[in-house]
Amino acid sequence: MGLAQRVSAIFKAKASKALDKAEDPRETLDYSYEKQLELLQKVRRGLTDVATSRKRVELQAQQLKASAEKLEDQAKQALGQNREDLAREAVSRRTSIVSQLSDLKAQHDQLRSEEDKLSDASRRLQAKVDAFRIRKETIKATYTAAEASTRISEAVTGISEEMGDVGLAMQRAQNKTEQMKARAGALDEMIASGALEDLSQSTDPIQAQLDSYNQSTGVELELDRLKKELGEGSDQKTLEAKEGGSA
Amino acid sequence: MIIRILGEGQFEIPAEAMDELNAMDESLTSAIDSNDEEAFRSGLSQLLTGIREKGSVLADDYLGPSDLVLPGEDATVEEVKELLTDEGLIPD
Repeated sequence: MGLAQRVSAIFKAKASKALDKAEDPRETLDYSYEKQLELLQKVRRGLTDVATSRKRVELQAQQLKASAEKLEDQAKQALGQNREDLAREAVSRRTSIVSQLSDLKAQHDQLRSEEDKLSDASRRLQAKVDAFRIRKETIKATYTAAEASTRISEAVTGISEEMGDVGLAMQRAQNKTEQMKARAGALDEMIASGALEDLSQSTDPIQAQLDSYNQSTGVELELDRLKKELGEGSDQKTLEAKEGGSA
Repeated sequence: MIIRILGEGQFEIPAEAMDELNAMDESLTSAIDSNDEEAFRSGLSQLLTGIREKGSVLADDYLGPSDLVLPGEDATVEEVKELLTDEGLIPD
């Protein structure tokens, strides 16, 4: 037997279980319709969940990107001050962030693709549920239980196959979202622990050293300026004194 | 014949295209039974391409069941095997 038949048999078995549930086949229509509405709701919640997760990943990526840029500036600044040790530290942190970013990008693309699939599945399911609702009322209005059974069986089997398909898409999307949440949580912890921070955080020793260098440079310059002023002043006094002395 | 590709939708396939597609489908079964992921992936991709080329997409609101069902393009041997277990993976 080919694969397509084997998979189809699994779906048909599922559908016939749904058909066996009610004594009057017309009740099956209402029962199935209820299930369809429930599934549509679940799919919508699932879609919101995936989207929320995707946005969280996007936010994290933005944070990391900003950190990476800052670290690059800091590395340049450190090199400008001949502090290769600080530059090295900044570059090494930046490398780790860049690798996290490329991981995030891959995960983001996966989530996006699950989200698109689920959104397509939801559109198809909605169209079938609408068609089913109309068919259901027509069957109930037109046929006796005995006459209706083939038509009911066809409609219920068809929609049950769609529901199975959508259910699988949901499961996949949920699994991806759960994995993503776990990873996003781990990354948040890493960010919180400072491992991926740029160096401008208040607790950061590199920025502190860069700042203190800048400050001490500033102090030195200021001192030099003051010294110069004083020096010029005292030179003048000396001159005046000499002039006075010779006069 | 109506074939569903999971995650993609239903296709109506003209009878004359079925022999070729069936042959491809048979070889997929052996790829799964021998756990040959590579053969499975390329075989599945070929088969799905054949279905898309030779079939026409059914409207979203078509209510009938499919004669055959195939996994989506990115399915793995493991996933298909799980799907084929007694209860299947299909949620209630």
